[in-house]
Amino acid sequence: MRNTFSPLTVYAALFMIFLYGPVLMIPLFSFNDSLFTTFPLKGFTFKHYGTMAANTGMLNALRNSIVVAVCSSIIATAIGLLAAIALTRNRLPGNAIILAAFSLPLIVPSIVFGVAILIIMLKFLGIALSLWTVGAAHVFICIPFSMTVLMSRLEGFDKSLEEASRDLGENAWMTFYRVTLPLALPGVISSLLLCFITSFDEFVLAFFLAGTDPTLPVYLFGQLRFPNKLPGMLALGTSILMLSTMLVLLAEFFRKRGVQANVPGDA
Amino acid sequence: MASMMRHTEKSTWMSGYALLTPAFLVMAVMMVAPLLALLALSFWTQSGFEIDRTPTLANYWTIIEPSDEPFFWMGIPFPFKYPPPAVLMLKSIVVSLVATVLVILLAYPMAYFLAFRVKRNKTLWLVLLTIPFWTSYLLRVFSWKIVLGYNGAINSALKTLGLIDQPLEFLLYNPAAVAITLAHAWIAFTVLPIYVSLEKIDPSLLEAATDLGDTKWRRFLRVTLPLSAPGTIGAAMLVFIPTVGDYVTPMLVGGPGGTMIGNLIQELFLRQNNAPLGAAVAIIMMFIIGALVAFFFWVIGFRKLRSRVS
Repeated sequence: MRNTFSPLTVYAALFMIFLYGPVLMIPLFSFNDSLFTTFPLKGFTFKHYGTMAANTGMLNALRNSIVVAVCSSIIATAIGLLAAIALTRNRLPGNAIILAAFSLPLIVPSIVFGVAILIIMLKFLGIALSLWTVGAAHVFICIPFSMTVLMSRLEGFDKSLEEASRDLGENAWMTFYRVTLPLALPGVISSLLLCFITSFDEFVLAFFLAGTDPTLPVYLFGQLRFPNKLPGMLALGTSILMLSTMLVLLAEFFRKRGVQANVPGDA
Repeated sequence: MASMMRHTEKSTWMSGYALLTPAFLVMAVMMVAPLLALLALSFWTQSGFEIDRTPTLANYWTIIEPSDEPFFWMGIPFPFKYPPPAVLMLKSIVVSLVATVLVILLAYPMAYFLAFRVKRNKTLWLVLLTIPFWTSYLLRVFSWKIVLGYNGAINSALKTLGLIDQPLEFLLYNPAAVAITLAHAWIAFTVLPIYVSLEKIDPSLLEAATDLGDTKWRRFLRVTLPLSAPGTIGAAMLVFIPTVGDYVTPMLVGGPGGTMIGNLIQELFLRQNNAPLGAAVAIIMMFIIGALVAFFFWVIGFRKLRSRVS
C-alpha cells in the first residue's frame, strides 16, 4: 500500500475543489446576511429563502418546470425503453448508425436546435411558443439519456429469460409486461429521474422556445440582470442544486442496485 | 429450413424497427425537419417583418462579402464588409480550443487516478464526478460570476486579506474568463469517458512493458497513453463541438469583449429580427466545426489509432 499519499492523490483532491468550489459559492452566499457576494461573511440567515418563497413569479415558473419535466421524462422514458429493447434484442442492420444519430442532440451545439426548432414552429408550422414546445424539445434531448441508461440495463440481463417466457406460451406483450418490464424497472426509474433533472435544469432550448411562460432556469436567468434580486436567486439556485443532487443520488442508487441484484449467484 | 430462418430473422428486424418508430418520429420532427427548415431559411431573406421566400445566396454573400478596408481584430485583418461572423467564428474556435485543451489536461490525471490508484470507495468517487454532470449548466456558469466578479469572492477575499486595495477588474468579462468557465462547466463530461478507456486497458500489457524494461514514464507514453487516446480524443470532441456554439457562458462572464458566434446567432434571431442571416451563420458554423473535426481525425489517422486498440 505505498503511494497512498502520492502527488496524484493531492491532484485528485485539488481537482475536486476546482469541480465543486465555484458551485458551492451559491449555497454559501445564499445563507449570508448581505446583498452582496463578498467576503468576509456577515452572518447566517434564512431570510433570502423567505424572499424566494414569497415570489409569485418564481412559484409560477417552478410549477411550469415541474409540469414540463414530469411530462417529458415520462414520454422520453417510454420512447427510450421501446428503442432500447429494439437495439439490445435485435441485431438490426445499421445499429451503429442509429445509435450515432440518436446521440446527435448531445453533440450539436444546443443553440442550433434552439433556433431550428424555433423557426419550424413559428415560420413553418405556425405553432405558437408555449410550454408544449419546450416539452417537445425536452423529450427530444432526453431520449439519448433514457436510451443509454436503459440499454445498459437491458444488456445486463439474460435474454433467455424472455425466450423462456415465450416458450412457456406468453405472447409478446405479456412477456414484456411480466418479464422485461420488471427486470428493467430499476433502469426505468433511473431514466425517469435523470430525464426529470435534464428537463428541469435545461436552459438553452427553453430560453428560445418558452414564449411568455418561463420555466425556472429561464426565469432565474431573467432575474440575474437585477442586482437587488441576487440573494433570492442564490437561494433559488441552492434549492435547484439540492434537488438535482438528491435526484442524481437516487437515480444512481437505482441503477447500481439494479446491476448488483443481477450478478449471477448473488440472489 | 434456411428460408424459415431468414423469415424469422426478417420478422425480428421488422418488430425491431417498429419499436424504434416513436424514437425515429421524435428525431424526424424535432431534429431533421428543424435542421432542414434552418437550411431553407438560410436561402431566404428578411424584408421588414415578412420573409421573402425567393431562393438566394444573399445571406451567405453578406457573411463573406469582401471589403477593401479590412477590419482588424487582435492584429488579424478581416477583409469583410460585415466582419462579425468571421471574427466571432475565429474567436469561438480559439476559445473552445483553449477550453478543450484545458479540460483534457485537467481531466486526464483525474481519470488516471480513478482508473489505477483508487482501490476502495470507487463508487463514491464515480458518484462525486457524476453529480456535476447532471446539475444545472446555467448555475455552474453563473457561479463563476460570483467567483470572478468585481464584487465577487476572489476580489473581496484578497481585499480582506489586505493583498489588494482595488478589486481586480481583469478577472471577469474577457475571453480568458469564458475559456476557464467553459472548461469548468464541461469537465464533468470528460473524466468518465477517459476513465472508461483507461479502465479497459489490459493489465498484462502494462506488466509486459515493465518486464521488457520500460520505466514507469516510458510505459505510460508507449502503452497507456496510446491505448487511451481514442477515448480521450472522443471526450475532447464532446467538449469542443458543443462549446463553439455556446452562448450562455459568453453572455454571463464574457462581457462585450468575450462574445462568441452563438451570441451573434441569438442576436440575429431574437433582437435584430434577421432570422435568415442568423440561419446562414448557424449553418456555416456547423459546416466549419464539421470540417475542422474531419480534418483533425484525418491528420491524426483516427481509424488506424482505433483499430490498433481493438
